[in-house]
Amino acid sequence: MCHSRKSGNPEKRNWIPHQVRNDRQKIIMEKILLKNIENPDSADINEYINVGGYKNLSKAFEYQPKDVIEEVKKSGLRGRGGAGFPTGMKWSFADADPKFPKYLVCNADEGEPGTFKDRPILEKNPHLLIEGLIISGYAIRAEYGYIYLRGEYPYAKEVLNRAIRQAYEKNYLGDNVLGKNIKFHLAVYQGAGAYICGEETALIESLEGKKGQPRIKPPFPVNVGAWGMPTIVNNVETLSNVPYIIEAGAVAYSQIGSKDCPGPKLYCISGCVEKPGVYELPMGISLRNIIYTHAGGIKDGKKLKAVIPGGISTSVLPADKIDCPMDFVSMPKHGSMLGSGAVIVMDESVCMVKVTYRALKFFEHESCGKCVPCREGTEWLRKILERIEQGMGREGDIELLSDVSETISGRTFCPLGDGAAGVVIGMLKHFRHEFEEHIKNAKCIFS
Amino acid sequence: MFKETILKEIDDIKARYPDPKSALLPTLYIAQREFGWLSHEAMHVVAQSLNLPEAMVRGTASFYTMFKHKPMGRHLIQLCTNVSCMILGAERLVDFLKNRYSLEPNITTTDRRFSLVIMECIGACDRGPAMLVNTDFHDSLTEERIEEILEKYK
Repeated sequence: MCHSRKSGNPEKRNWIPHQVRNDRQKIIMEKILLKNIENPDSADINEYINVGGYKNLSKAFEYQPKDVIEEVKKSGLRGRGGAGFPTGMKWSFADADPKFPKYLVCNADEGEPGTFKDRPILEKNPHLLIEGLIISGYAIRAEYGYIYLRGEYPYAKEVLNRAIRQAYEKNYLGDNVLGKNIKFHLAVYQGAGAYICGEETALIESLEGKKGQPRIKPPFPVNVGAWGMPTIVNNVETLSNVPYIIEAGAVAYSQIGSKDCPGPKLYCISGCVEKPGVYELPMGISLRNIIYTHAGGIKDGKKLKAVIPGGISTSVLPADKIDCPMDFVSMPKHGSMLGSGAVIVMDESVCMVKVTYRALKFFEHESCGKCVPCREGTEWLRKILERIEQGMGREGDIELLSDVSETISGRTFCPLGDGAAGVVIGMLKHFRHEFEEHIKNAKCIFS
Repeated sequence: MFKETILKEIDDIKARYPDPKSALLPTLYIAQREFGWLSHEAMHVVAQSLNLPEAMVRGTASFYTMFKHKPMGRHLIQLCTNVSCMILGAERLVDFLKNRYSLEPNITTTDRRFSLVIMECIGACDRGPAMLVNTDFHDSLTEERIEEILEKYK
């Protein structure tokens, strides 16, 4: 049975399990991030206001900016882009830097293959994000915010631009927000098809009109970010949690999901499942529960072979390793990462060599070229995988794959190289026999 | 040089950022919209209108896959073949486009009707295989469905 705890606001929020005890239990959660999206006009400002939207903005303005930061710190919110860094702590670093102006940047460059969780917020609930941005901007005393939106989401761009116009008309954005003498301006910046721009320093370079190549850290963007100023870069889903933290309070928020990683989480499931899609569930629900209870299990009655749990950069897990809580703290203990919560499910008919080859083709294409281990290493790995998949694998290729991957790991400017190497290392760990059989039989054993 | 109305549009964009250099990506998009692709002349105009060195304009433009450095067909098909779409059969669609329309990745058909670009995830993984035709999303693609959809793009 689900073990539910009373939250700070029990009459409204008595539905949240702290830990999912029964792995087949269906969790019915009141939607926080995807609230009202069944309404075909949910992206309209009046519909958002009708369901209580922008009330939390007025409430936040009653606090001092520092108190908003404290509240977010206390809530335990962690960044939903993949790294899981505590959001309130990030904010306090930027707040502590004496330089002004400070900037707030929303990372809407959702590019991690398998990830489509921010899209419903951007397309159907844009005002939740905008309200989150204004409150967050107020907290870190930023007067300008930018939404860095991936170029592949042209519809989201239209929706966001309309939503921003509406928010200006209603005085939620501008030089004097709600007449409180608070200034906050917001604009959409459209990326142009570079995965690396999801990395925050590459994103900042791109926002400055340059090639999206990562910067060396430190200095971190909280001190030296966009245009040399303290800059907070937060993911769409992260910022969309902020209005609810203000509404329910940090204590009630922290009752949702895992103890170390509270809050609602958008999990996106794709691949060989009956009901793929985006599911809003308490953080820390098990991978098995997501796949079998919510996504309806494996398609066409086939057997599960493997799962990539958090987007293509996270290590693969074999079918017998899916009893793990899907949160930032638990997943590393189970040999992978939560990443963006993008669950790619593969049944028994999927060739792991082919998946690895396709993944490395992606990393090779998206490597920005700035550092050698990543630029050369991803190409090399792709070439070896290509020949193995095409039946031309050589003796020693598996050792070579390991060697190149180990050499990339920890030696690159940004996590792209580590991700690419980690994919190969994880696949070899769990599915080495498939690589061996490809080489031995001189062909793809699945085609 | 761009016409007056477009220069005004670029000025509005510049005003949103503390440094006008930030207008480079948006202006490249405008140039692509106006000229169809980013020729040397188009990038020269971008450099002039933002008062930036041409080397910077070309450097930035060449980094991003959505900026086109050769003329495109009337309709741009951007088909995803990344892992989620691949599992659901995206490769068959690449073969189909080749056989049915003589359309290959990074190629434009001889009648200039279609250009094809293979994409790295367009965020429609739950309904793959998926593609963008110009700015329209299409998902749950099969050979039959893709043919039916493309009929609408003349």
